[in-house]
Amino acid sequence: MTGLNLFGLLNGLTFAALLFVVAAGFTLIFGLLRIVNLAHGALYLLGGYTGFAVASRAGFAAGIFAAMLIVALTGAGLQAGLLRFVRGYELRQVLLTLGVAFMLNDLGLLAWGGDTLTVPIPAALQGATVIAGVFYPKYRLFVLALGIVVFAALWLLLNRTRLGALIRAGVDDAETTEAMGINIRRVFLLTFALGAALAGLGGVIGGAFLTLYPGADSEILVFSLAVVIIGGRGSLAGAAAGAVLVGLLNSFGQVLFPELAYFVIFGPMAAILAFRPLGLFGRAA
Amino acid sequence: MIRGVALAGCSLLVFAAVPVLLPVYQVSVATQVLIFAMLAMSVDILAGYAGRTSLGHGALFGVSAYVTVYWVAVAGGSPWVGAALGIVAATALAAVFALLAIRTSGVYFLLLTLALGMVVWGVCLRWSTVTGGENGLRGAVRPAGLTGQLAFYYAVLAVAAVAGFAAYRFVRSPFGLTLRGIRDSESRMCSLGYNVPLHLFIAFTLSGTLAGVAGALNALFNEFVSPATVALAQSVQALLMAIVGGIGTLAGAVLGAGVIIVLENTVSAYTERWPTVMGAMFVLLMIFAPAGILGSILGRGRVLLARRASLSERPIP
Repeated sequence: MTGLNLFGLLNGLTFAALLFVVAAGFTLIFGLLRIVNLAHGALYLLGGYTGFAVASRAGFAAGIFAAMLIVALTGAGLQAGLLRFVRGYELRQVLLTLGVAFMLNDLGLLAWGGDTLTVPIPAALQGATVIAGVFYPKYRLFVLALGIVVFAALWLLLNRTRLGALIRAGVDDAETTEAMGINIRRVFLLTFALGAALAGLGGVIGGAFLTLYPGADSEILVFSLAVVIIGGRGSLAGAAAGAVLVGLLNSFGQVLFPELAYFVIFGPMAAILAFRPLGLFGRAA
Repeated sequence: MIRGVALAGCSLLVFAAVPVLLPVYQVSVATQVLIFAMLAMSVDILAGYAGRTSLGHGALFGVSAYVTVYWVAVAGGSPWVGAALGIVAATALAAVFALLAIRTSGVYFLLLTLALGMVVWGVCLRWSTVTGGENGLRGAVRPAGLTGQLAFYYAVLAVAAVAGFAAYRFVRSPFGLTLRGIRDSESRMCSLGYNVPLHLFIAFTLSGTLAGVAGALNALFNEFVSPATVALAQSVQALLMAIVGGIGTLAGAVLGAGVIIVLENTVSAYTERWPTVMGAMFVLLMIFAPAGILGSILGRGRVLLARRASLSERPIP
């Protein structure tokens, strides 16, 4: 029984690491640009497909790099090419990204078909290792480590660099930041590209153990939404806390109520909304 | 008022004449238009009159369809009772959604209804012992007198006419005016002594009833329900219909449903890329014509989508 519990715990944490990577990008864009990017799931899937195509030929690391690059460029194109026309109109922005999500997914279906694809992983990460008497896939431990590295890197970026200071200033008050002579549009564009790149990274690492298929985008999008609703808009710590909570609930929920696992994340989300509508770490704008 | 009656009478005549003028296939398209017009109206009641854009109505619609088909095809009950139970289920689910969502507005409302709708979709997909999983549920569920395409069409037309009239009276009533007041300024209505949460709760629940009626009719029409019926695409399509026609105009919902359904059938005859076309329409509408067809003509309905971000108070530069 303890073995089962440790297994469930590890499953939950590794899934949480993936969720964190994806949701951090989502919450970054949401926090700074006030844009709810419903194409985030589609960007995840695009990243996964790109990663699959490149990793099959040139290796896993190249796949990750290519996916992050392509998805960051797509995100920057979306921000600079389409969203600029509806700047400042919240609902129009959201619905526009929704339209883009439908287009990206449909074109993904056209390009890669409806089959389930798995991103190939390097030999070093294949197989299982023993942790406290439990056999556990090495790859999922790698995902967990990567999630922690991404958290640390984002924390350093936001708290220790000039760009991070600009992003934080923009989150607090975009207008004043601009009045200080900062090109806030460029910060917005960089942030959007960074958030999109995280979705792309998530697509590759998620595509290797959750597989890629049409519809994977909306599943990951809903999990990210739950993470951000629980954690609070624009908060890195909130995204981490939300991801761990959702990851663990999903993992144990799948064991305890296999058919209603999706329903299990709904409970805490509802409770948090009832008592803290802005999320655990959310602050009023 | 007189213009409204004339418009309603004319469209009723047009819809009544459809089977006389067009072949059987078009009658089934017209049936779909009527069913989705009701769904689009239910979205519009919230989006256009209460200022709450929902992406969870596909779930209400689909749950009603699931309950109807389950009751008739699996439990072996009567279609009338099944449809009634479906509508009750959609109303109850809408009440639950409303309890959670009415505290929020703007994008938060949209996100929350989207997440709730996706939870319902996930349950429908995974709870395969009841819902049939990916395969969905199928069975002859139409009531005895309505198995023919023509009879069913006129039944749907009758229901849609009653529902449309009820929705019209609803948004024109003092209650509907209060909703519009809430849409324009929640704090003002609050300080005038209106119970804002209660109004929103009732509006959401009744809107869920209408979505349930559409869902039950859709179940009887297709005699089939699957996770695709509750999927996000369904909510998106319903919202698209309401926006294409013009948010805040009930007639626009009917017009939007007509445009989208006819377009979908036409586009699907040539290409499988309907989702791309739908997505592109969304993008173009949001950039160029957020007020929709009727909204642009009447110069109304801009409030919802054209209003600057109210959450941050300061529009983003």
